[in-house]
Amino acid sequence: MTLWTPDPTFYPSPRDAREAPPETRAYIAAFDRKGERPDALAVLDTETGQVIGWTDLPNKGDELHHFGWNACSSALCPYAPHPHVERRYLIVPGLRSSRIYVYDTKDRVSPELVKVIEPEELGKRAGYSRPHTVHCGPEGLYVSALGGYGDEGPGGIAVLDHTSFNVLGRWEVDRGPQYLAYDFWWHINHDVLVTSEWGTPSMIEDGVVGELLLGRKYGHKLHFWDLRKRRHLQEVDLGDQYQMPLELRPAHDPTQKYGFVGVVTSVEDLSASVWLWHEEGGKWAVRKVIDIPAEPAPVESLPEVLKPFGAVPPLVTDIALSVDDQKLYVSAWGTGEIKQFDVSDPFKPVETGSLRIGGIVGRTPHPAAPQALAGGPQMVEVSRDGERVYLTNSLYGAWDDQFYPDGVGAWAAKINTDGFTFDERFFPHGEDFRGLRPHQVRLQGGDASSDSYCYP
Amino acid sequence: MTLTAVLLLGAFHGVNPAMGWLFAVARGLQERSRDRLLQSLPMIALGHLASVAMVTVAADVTGSLVGGTALAIGCGVLLVGYGLWRLLSRRHFRWVGMRLSLPQLAGWSFLMSSVHGAGLMLLPVVARSGGHHHGSLGLMIALIHTLAMFVVAGVIAVAVYEFIGLRILRSAWINLDRVWAFALVGAGVFALIPGNTY
Repeated sequence: MTLWTPDPTFYPSPRDAREAPPETRAYIAAFDRKGERPDALAVLDTETGQVIGWTDLPNKGDELHHFGWNACSSALCPYAPHPHVERRYLIVPGLRSSRIYVYDTKDRVSPELVKVIEPEELGKRAGYSRPHTVHCGPEGLYVSALGGYGDEGPGGIAVLDHTSFNVLGRWEVDRGPQYLAYDFWWHINHDVLVTSEWGTPSMIEDGVVGELLLGRKYGHKLHFWDLRKRRHLQEVDLGDQYQMPLELRPAHDPTQKYGFVGVVTSVEDLSASVWLWHEEGGKWAVRKVIDIPAEPAPVESLPEVLKPFGAVPPLVTDIALSVDDQKLYVSAWGTGEIKQFDVSDPFKPVETGSLRIGGIVGRTPHPAAPQALAGGPQMVEVSRDGERVYLTNSLYGAWDDQFYPDGVGAWAAKINTDGFTFDERFFPHGEDFRGLRPHQVRLQGGDASSDSYCYP
Repeated sequence: MTLTAVLLLGAFHGVNPAMGWLFAVARGLQERSRDRLLQSLPMIALGHLASVAMVTVAADVTGSLVGGTALAIGCGVLLVGYGLWRLLSRRHFRWVGMRLSLPQLAGWSFLMSSVHGAGLMLLPVVARSGGHHHGSLGLMIALIHTLAMFVVAGVIAVAVYEFIGLRILRSAWINLDRVWAFALVGAGVFALIPGNTY
């Protein structure tokens, strides 16, 4: 466990991380919608897209979603450096079961289970359930959670010991008005943590609830916190028509204080948007910088949930920012489109590329296979060098079923960013995933959403 | 010999990125300001001095009361025990917070040095120097030690900031925590061997 020199996957700065060698493996969380067989971690060869490793979970019905590494470049941070630990374990929460699994990836292709944190431990120690995002921080592992323990909320963040993986407790000292939770990340050198909002367990677990959505009851705010004192500083409301600000992508450059958040939909016109948060006069402010309109479609081609609207919403459900903070990738899961933006001026993103694949109405095939494709680009991950982008197609069990009622399918794809084209060699799909639906991708050695850097 | 040991241990502490030069570099890089780096270093040294002096002065005063041999044995046992704990424990110093004022930075350095047992490493020197100093020798040892630490940390911080760059960390940052633990145990054994003088 203890090394003599720092783990070679830790980089002091995002500039250094850009020069990391290309990843050879991708880990994908895959789940069984029916909960009849165990969810799994699939391991892909990033060259060929072949499934080269597979580990079934010991239980059923976990609904894997997001996951993260036990250690990352933040171990080099100067105030508590401990860079001789290994990036080795994957921390894998079950979003539905509230279990958290720890898997060892060292010296093996298929990860091996080393620890299970039961829902009771998370609940009793931290007061939370439905664990979601995992980030490796300087004093432990931070895990966000959507629900309270035995209760709808508030959701928040639990801290885990990063060697024993025991749940240490609730992160928040003073949560202020925050109640809904989803994603979080930080501006680590500014001692600022940011959280976003989705909904409580009952608002999401059986699918999107139309009345709640049209009643503007899903999350629409960002929360800014003092990372050191664990106190709520400020909430920023995007406006209640902007429902579900989800994935948070702060600039990797630790001297910067801005980031991007994707908003799933506006209830006014079903458009999706990407917002920039930034500091203005000592306070946090937000601004809509990307707007993606809904696409009109014949009613008969739409699923029930969309028939009243006669249009396909883009449904921006994930975004990814390259490690050099120059490119933003936005996946529109509804329309089946992945967009690339130049965000060298974060206030004025410029669209530089777009690819269609899947989509509620479009059903665009992958260039490697001619058949119509369900699902859309959903989770998007960027390699550290910024040259490859990986996509998977499932959003969240109950929501998949609403928007792709005839089956969301299962596939992953890879884009070469030089030219912005699909890599035709890489297209695991269908039975490659053994009936499970793929969600988040994590790249071996780290990726654009796994590491925080303390040096510019 | 004693003076050499005090200086060498100071240099050893100064080299360790965890003791503060890295924090000074990070503070400088964050603001693109060498001044900020240079202001940080004395604060880090001050915290280190307070941590080390607390131990050396206490040991010196204790030595005046209980005599040299008892002090040496006590120090030796303490050091070996603490060193072994550091060697076997996987815990590390926990802290969150980059934006510290200069006094807070001194406080951070004090905690960091104390948790690592920086002052303990100097105990054999105090023990071997005999009693009846009522703390003055302990203070002198801490001052000389910290001066060496400050000079070494300062040279490294400026060199890394100006010329070398932080990429050096990836290859050159050997696990000093482990070396440190061995040093604690070694110092303890040394203190326990009768008749040794540093």
